[in-house]
Amino acid sequence: MARMKFLCDTERCIECNGCVTACKNENETPWGVNRRRVVTVNDGVPGEKSVSVACMHCSDAPCMAVCPTDCFYKTEEGVVLHNKDACIGCGYCFFACPFGAPQFPNGPAAFGVRGKMDKCTFCAGGPEENNSKAEFEKYGRNRLAEGKLPLCAEMCSTKALLAGDAPVISDIYRERVMRRGKAGEAWGWNTAYGKPEQAQERTQERAREQHREGAK
Amino acid sequence: MKKALFLALTATVGLSLAACGEYSQIPNYKQGNYQGKSDTRPWEGEKFAGNKQAWENALRARNQGQTEYNRIK
Repeated sequence: MARMKFLCDTERCIECNGCVTACKNENETPWGVNRRRVVTVNDGVPGEKSVSVACMHCSDAPCMAVCPTDCFYKTEEGVVLHNKDACIGCGYCFFACPFGAPQFPNGPAAFGVRGKMDKCTFCAGGPEENNSKAEFEKYGRNRLAEGKLPLCAEMCSTKALLAGDAPVISDIYRERVMRRGKAGEAWGWNTAYGKPEQAQERTQERAREQHREGAK
Repeated sequence: MKKALFLALTATVGLSLAACGEYSQIPNYKQGNYQGKSDTRPWEGEKFAGNKQAWENALRARNQGQTEYNRIK
């Protein structure tokens, strides 16, 4: 089994917020905590693009690196989870995350009163017994242990949001691009799963292309 | 006279020892390890009872359900 990933196809997302509602209902997250949200760029302007954002379960997760209590762990399937019993609500993970995934039940309160951090678990629960009441109350539903994918992706009406094995969802996305002849960006993919050297190469390649176009 | 000598001596010692306590400002980061309780794997729950293959098959089917092109093939 490969690594579990999210991929949002910005060409398909229609900003219906079905993923947000599905997540909130499935995991019964408290008031003020939205593990997933839809961000629209150039809202109202023709050609606007929307993207569904949550924890991207990064390959090299910055939240794990900065946590002072080392409460994060990564499962065999590549899902980044955390132990709420050890979380002190310091908010370092929130500052480190490039996607704004960590959420705090008491909002932007002072240090120590924010409450335990809550974030997308890829519907994989946490370090409690699978599908137990304790797990549900702390981390939400464990759909992965039921052989199901995260509900946000499964509920997506246009199938813009894909979740699952990285090679499988990449193939699905690739097939779409081939059929419609238009890519759009697989938003957040490189930030979460790419290596810094790859990003640098891409920037250089883009600069070379622009230079070539300018010379024409 | 004695007081002035004492003050001069103290200042000299103080100045000569200045910067002696300087140390590298670059912090030495250490890789942390997960400190909490261990998690059970998804196929170790009630539904799959340790059958990893069955769990993988279930997820594979769900994965493929995300592409509508399969329906029109």
